[in-house]
Amino acid sequence: MKLTVNGKLRNVKAHPMKRLLDVLREDCGLTGTKEGCGEGECGACTVLIDGVAVDSCIVPVAHAEGCRVITIEGATATKTGKALQNAFVVHGGAQCGICTPGMILAATPLEIGASLDEIKVALAGNLCRCTGYPAIFRSVESALKTPRRKSSRAGHL
Amino acid sequence: MARAVGSNVRRKDGDAKVTGAAKYIDDLTFPGMIYGATIRSTIPRGTIAARHISLPDGFVVADHQDIPGPNYVALIDPDQPCLAVDQIRHVAEPILLIGHADKHALIDVHKRVRIEERAATPNYDPEKSDICFKKIAIDKGQIDLGFRISDLVIDGEYRTGHQEQLYIETNGVIAVPGDGQMTVYGSLQCPYYVHKALVVLLKLPPDRVRVVQTETGGGFGGKEEYPSILACHAAILARKANRPVKMIYDRVEDLLATTKRHPSIVRHRTGLTRDGRITAMDIDVIMDGGAYATLSAVVLSRGVIHAAGPYRCDHVRIRGRAMMTHTPPNGAFRGFGAPQTQFAIEAHMDRIADQLGIDPVRLREINALRPGDTTATGQKLGKDASALPVLRDAVKRSKFAQKRKKWKGTNRGIGLSLFFHGSGFTGGGEVKLASKASLALTANGAKILVASTEIGQGTRTMHAQIVADALGVPFDSIDVNEADTAFVPDSGPTVASRTCMIVGKLLERCALDMKKRLGKMTPAQYFKKHGSFTVTSQYEPPPGLLWDDHTYAGDAYGSYAWGCNVVELEVDPVTFEVTPLNVTAVAEIGKAIHPMMAIGQIEGGTAQGIGYALIEEVVMKDGRMANATLTNYIIPTPQDAAPMDIGIMESPYQHGPFGAKGVGEMPIDGPAPAVINALRNCGFDIRSIPATPERVMKAPRI
Amino acid sequence: MSLVRPRSLNAALSLIASDPTLMPIAGCTDVYVGLHFGTMAQKRFIDLWRLKELHGISVEKDVVRIGALSTYTEIIESTIVQKRVPMLVAASREVGGAQIQNRGTLGGNVANASPAGDTLPVLAAANARIVLRSKNGTRTVAFDSYYTGYRKSVRQPDELITAIEIPRLDGTQWWRKVGTRRAQAISKIMIGAVRGRDVRIAFGSVAPTVVLARKTAAVLSAGGSVADAQAALRTEIAPIDDVRSTSEYRARVAANLLAQFWKETA
Repeated sequence: MKLTVNGKLRNVKAHPMKRLLDVLREDCGLTGTKEGCGEGECGACTVLIDGVAVDSCIVPVAHAEGCRVITIEGATATKTGKALQNAFVVHGGAQCGICTPGMILAATPLEIGASLDEIKVALAGNLCRCTGYPAIFRSVESALKTPRRKSSRAGHL
Repeated sequence: MARAVGSNVRRKDGDAKVTGAAKYIDDLTFPGMIYGATIRSTIPRGTIAARHISLPDGFVVADHQDIPGPNYVALIDPDQPCLAVDQIRHVAEPILLIGHADKHALIDVHKRVRIEERAATPNYDPEKSDICFKKIAIDKGQIDLGFRISDLVIDGEYRTGHQEQLYIETNGVIAVPGDGQMTVYGSLQCPYYVHKALVVLLKLPPDRVRVVQTETGGGFGGKEEYPSILACHAAILARKANRPVKMIYDRVEDLLATTKRHPSIVRHRTGLTRDGRITAMDIDVIMDGGAYATLSAVVLSRGVIHAAGPYRCDHVRIRGRAMMTHTPPNGAFRGFGAPQTQFAIEAHMDRIADQLGIDPVRLREINALRPGDTTATGQKLGKDASALPVLRDAVKRSKFAQKRKKWKGTNRGIGLSLFFHGSGFTGGGEVKLASKASLALTANGAKILVASTEIGQGTRTMHAQIVADALGVPFDSIDVNEADTAFVPDSGPTVASRTCMIVGKLLERCALDMKKRLGKMTPAQYFKKHGSFTVTSQYEPPPGLLWDDHTYAGDAYGSYAWGCNVVELEVDPVTFEVTPLNVTAVAEIGKAIHPMMAIGQIEGGTAQGIGYALIEEVVMKDGRMANATLTNYIIPTPQDAAPMDIGIMESPYQHGPFGAKGVGEMPIDGPAPAVINALRNCGFDIRSIPATPERVMKAPRI
Repeated sequence: MSLVRPRSLNAALSLIASDPTLMPIAGCTDVYVGLHFGTMAQKRFIDLWRLKELHGISVEKDVVRIGALSTYTEIIESTIVQKRVPMLVAASREVGGAQIQNRGTLGGNVANASPAGDTLPVLAAANARIVLRSKNGTRTVAFDSYYTGYRKSVRQPDELITAIEIPRLDGTQWWRKVGTRRAQAISKIMIGAVRGRDVRIAFGSVAPTVVLARKTAAVLSAGGSVADAQAALRTEIAPIDDVRSTSEYRARVAANLLAQFWKETA
């Protein structure tokens, strides 16, 4: 089965029903995509198939055949991937990091200037237990250079 | 030179995490590695009559007979078997371990193993249980006198349920056997806890057991003690198979079998004067420990010490007991007993305010602990005690009074909670731990060697900041070693909000010692001339800290952090759904070493507290978690995220590094009672959590 | 486990005609959950995902035709559906999150036949028609007659859902889902309704199948009071207790939703 992963054509020998998540992690050796629940609830396994975010734990590799798949290892190839990665480091979007690959990829389809509401819609399928989300919103907003919105006012002293 | 402490330096592990390069346990493989699965009990109580195993070649099976040492998981009490022999005390109790080179072969393996179980009548009610893991009594003054001088007495009963830590990365380990040795890699918080358990179980000398923490995707206490069990399992199977064994729990198994927050029942009887001064507090705390002791004694301890809340009162009686039930053992979860008991006192305070006709802010102002006051255990507070400053700041920021007035009679409510949290181990605990930290000179700076783990909260970064400034070198010249027992000393567990205040302080001392020894040379110069050296520091209690374990009195903690939450919410009259509109969280934490990461702890803990209050519920049916999937055990999604307004205050603790206290746990203590008090404000009398829409619908109206 | 991958609808229909035990899969958002938890008894699948004939949203003679393999994202982005069946757009927006919406299909939601299927109350209130096709021909079934019991429908094993048709809807459409949280939520109770010359009201998660509350709607159409309509509703739904909610909550909120619908569409 041929599929392009992070710009590289891969010929994968796998059962067509094998989860895309397992093909990426095992057959392609790309362990950046994580499993959090196995049931499409947490989004930690999010990858892009032809630019569209999906939960790879519930996608058969057969459905990625002939498609362009992007994982976190290839995120810099997207328009906003690099900015998102840096923003998640700088603005606290990443704490333990396990939800981060999926969270970043879920944010990549967003346009520059996306509103907070649009950001929440794009990320609605991604769970985070560490941040409570405000720092993730700040990170995405920063990467997409929206005007500063009041998602959370952080004060000191 | 720019100071690292107090600035938002770039996280040490950030780039690895955002590129997918960071390696979590399931990302690792070892040559010859096989996979392991656990066969567990299906009934809550009974005996194992027989085991019928029919497996073809290729499978490895291990049971309690394969354990070289004593069959228990060493923690506090030696009561929890590593693998069940003939007694079943909870659903999902581990009985057998099965290994296979192909992980898919293990998927249905439980169908090929039949455990004959004989059921006995289980008990799920901690109040009816006759097995008590721990009893604690706290007495201050004379409780009878306290009630005699009161004008009125107000009673209340408050309940909290289980809560699941829900780290997005499940529990997992890889055990790699060797000749007379064992190495375990894993997602864990406390490498030396795991080390101790393995040493006991495997009967190996300590230097033949090695535990290495891999990048860990969240812990929140759920990986404090549980990984010891999993590590023991993998090690037993690895010994039997003589191959590395990887055991990663899927989400369902993790939900079913691993520890949860202790449910609680807390009863208050409070004496007050008519003008709102508390004269007597009589508190009864019951914690449901589940089937084995695990950490119940310590959860109870912290719970009872915080049970009187951040209030002054001359006459206090607190009685606590942790009881056994036939449910999976409960364990550590952020807050560790304090969220439960502070839920009760804060919900109780607003009921008191209502009954007395006193404003809830005023009631707290009257009774809040001030510097120089003594706590329930008789600890005299220093000038860093900040109950009133955080209260006043939160009330002002949130425009509490105006909103309370404006929303009267509407479906919006505003409520507050005042709370505190002791940092470090209770009483003599830190002395017993005798933690160590080491610092090694490197070619361009220094390397930190501690057993403290990075689990998202920013350990590596925060420790490096402290060392960099104390040593007088750039932040980037400090490296942090993996938490690997082969290389790092026992710095104690990564729990109890001690990683900065206690271990950070040890590192500061190491750095100062190293600086002295370097003299006028830079690390590079010294290293070039003399090579490396290592400095080690061991915990010494601050002078004057006195605690009596028998009377449970004295200085319970070196220092307390202080917090106030204000929750604004709206109740939908059609569906009874509760929407938090805004949460104000003010925290006084001594010193924010990394302000952004400190805010991250406050925001994250607050979100978990909101979940605890409103939607997180473990549904137990016949001693088993009935909603053990992420579809049905729910935490807030980004669409549910409560907007937050965070304020940090700093009142330095003289014995903390750069004045720092602990911050990790306190934020989860406050949101639940603030939610309940906001619901009370819009007319719902609720005294237990979670306040799901179903319960809000049925709540008595006030 | 096996997967056959026909290249055309006709090929697919031939395959299931000769082997009706093959289970059709499309977006897999339900099937893979079942496979993961070991609750999927089926092991032999037929892949519909790439069948072009099952994609596409169009309108002809005022009837909206939604290909069975239209994803929720395609439905949300379709100007045709936005204009003509906005309540279907509203329902689609509340399915899971973006990742699920990009893969889940309308046909899959109908075929999965869950009592909590998010689009089903909308289709019931919209008087939709299910287009079924086999090797031998095509037939159209009124949505109201499609389900025959818990997870049972009139679809024969050798038939595939090829499209869902929605006639012109007269009146105001209304939709509300009460989930366990604001996204990624299984519904506790849902209502889809149309208020025009006719009133059609449907509820999800209150019975083994979606419920078209005919008596309730009739009371309102005839000018009856909301209280009387709520009384009728009590006889038409049978909510249960489960891990997510209680029958009492569902019953009471159903009545409240009915009242809210009527008030907001006045």
